[in-house]
Amino acid sequence: MKKNTFVGLAFASPWLLGFLVFTLYPLLASFYYSFTSFNIFQSPEFVGFANYVELMGDDLFWKSVNNTLYLTVVSTPVNLFFSLLLALLLNTKVRGLSIYRTVYYIPTIVPLAATSLLWMWILNPQYGLLNGMLGMLGLPGPNWLADPGLSKFSLVMMGLWASGNVMIIFLASLQEVPQSLYESSQIDGANKWRQFWSITIPTISPIILFQLIMQVINNLQYFTQAYFVVSSSALNMPGSGGPENSLLMYAMYLYHNAFIYFKMGKASAMAWILFIIAGIITWLIFRSSKKWVTYGGD
Amino acid sequence: MKSSKRKYSLFVHCLLVLAGIAFLAPFVWMLLTSLKSLEEISTFPVTIWPETFLWRNYSDVFEIIPFAKYFLNTLYVTLASVAGQLFAAPLVAYSITKIEWSGRKWIFPIVIATMLLPFQVTMIPIYMIFKDMGLTGSYWPLIIPTFTGAPLYIFLLRQFFMSIPDTIIQAARIDGASESRIYVTIILPLCRPALAAVAIFTFLYTWSDFMGPLLYLNNADKYTLTLGLQAFLAEHYTEWGLLMAASALFTLPLIIMFFFAQKQFIEGITLTGIKG
Repeated sequence: MKKNTFVGLAFASPWLLGFLVFTLYPLLASFYYSFTSFNIFQSPEFVGFANYVELMGDDLFWKSVNNTLYLTVVSTPVNLFFSLLLALLLNTKVRGLSIYRTVYYIPTIVPLAATSLLWMWILNPQYGLLNGMLGMLGLPGPNWLADPGLSKFSLVMMGLWASGNVMIIFLASLQEVPQSLYESSQIDGANKWRQFWSITIPTISPIILFQLIMQVINNLQYFTQAYFVVSSSALNMPGSGGPENSLLMYAMYLYHNAFIYFKMGKASAMAWILFIIAGIITWLIFRSSKKWVTYGGD
Repeated sequence: MKSSKRKYSLFVHCLLVLAGIAFLAPFVWMLLTSLKSLEEISTFPVTIWPETFLWRNYSDVFEIIPFAKYFLNTLYVTLASVAGQLFAAPLVAYSITKIEWSGRKWIFPIVIATMLLPFQVTMIPIYMIFKDMGLTGSYWPLIIPTFTGAPLYIFLLRQFFMSIPDTIIQAARIDGASESRIYVTIILPLCRPALAAVAIFTFLYTWSDFMGPLLYLNNADKYTLTLGLQAFLAEHYTEWGLLMAASALFTLPLIIMFFFAQKQFIEGITLTGIKG
């Protein structure tokens, strides 16, 4: 028994070390930092709740909270719905399934940096593909990324293009729904619509739950795409948040505070607020899941 | 009945083809733009097909930014990270699935919890650790953490290890094989497909990572492709032909990899997403 403990620990030691040094210690340290004032060059000095108080009165902080929540609340369900729709289409035993699946998945492989550049060009107000096509239809093309009312919506569109991971997971889970369930309900006279709601959705609901949580957590950390859009010269100033700060995401403002303004304490306070918000949202989703997630017999 | 079924299938095919066009059009637009001159890009109305194919854009990319250097830098960090994950993640997964010891019960829940932990929460202290060690500006802060195993890959491999029957391992134990011997000669060869998935995902993630290099690499000599691309964008934001050529060159290795390892890709994604 003792020998097993030693061997188990030895095999788990890389993770154990990583957990202590790169997760547990940083988690506690950032909590401590959040009550201090410090930049990279001077050591932390205890200031109590000053960082949290400063954040509550900081308009840019609230702007970044709003932007990020907007993106999370719009992008998450749209992405899940769209991915499920594609997966359902692919699950109809069509010929050429693997070709379609490949075509839908490939955009997901493109690095976010390249995706951002590509979509900045597609959404270019004068010479972009989208407004060019709208022009052919005689429709006026908006200034997608520079219009504060549309810039986040543009990011949602960009996200849809690269939503292949969720689609593949949904497709695989649809393929695992036992065929016998459909057959027996057909004998009972259930139509497709009814089968979808009473067989398909309940069977894959644990997978929807898991994807929902992962998407929310990822969207709360939204960074790269917004950072690239803001980097284009026209708007390029250190600490810029895009047109009327409409693209100032939470993770971006945190980064600005830490590495442009060198307010590490304030940034750490933001990190802990994010930690708590992410925790509460995850907990709420889990709690609600008792009402809509069904776990099978296995 | 039969004709309505045929109509339905035709309808599904139409939707699938439309969706396919919507997914591919941005790609085609990237490639077509990458062959256009600056003058053609800034003409109105928008042209679809390039008037003359300006292949020079691709060679220009190599002159305007040190593309070859960034490419090698990125490749270095990426391969080192793949090595790190392949070293650490299966060790940990083996420990929590196949060795009976009291600690394994609480490791798995913590692994799942850290998977949900936002990167920003630990970002600043980790940065300070590497700064105090004098390692900022080098590739070490990007590589060292991979040798501790990422939660996602430990999770993925755990799912795979659960499907390996214990009887194989027990038989080897009865024959007197040590755990490390079992691990190397039985387990690792058996889980080759799952390891391939881990390698592919790590490659993809590190190749595309922007936040890590942005935090730690401040010297343009050490830039990875994502940082180089961002610097390029900030300076030449109207030269879309060049920008698209650079983006295409940046993406190409991943597309090639995908076509060679499509099966492992799809199976790996499925493994992380389904059985929980």
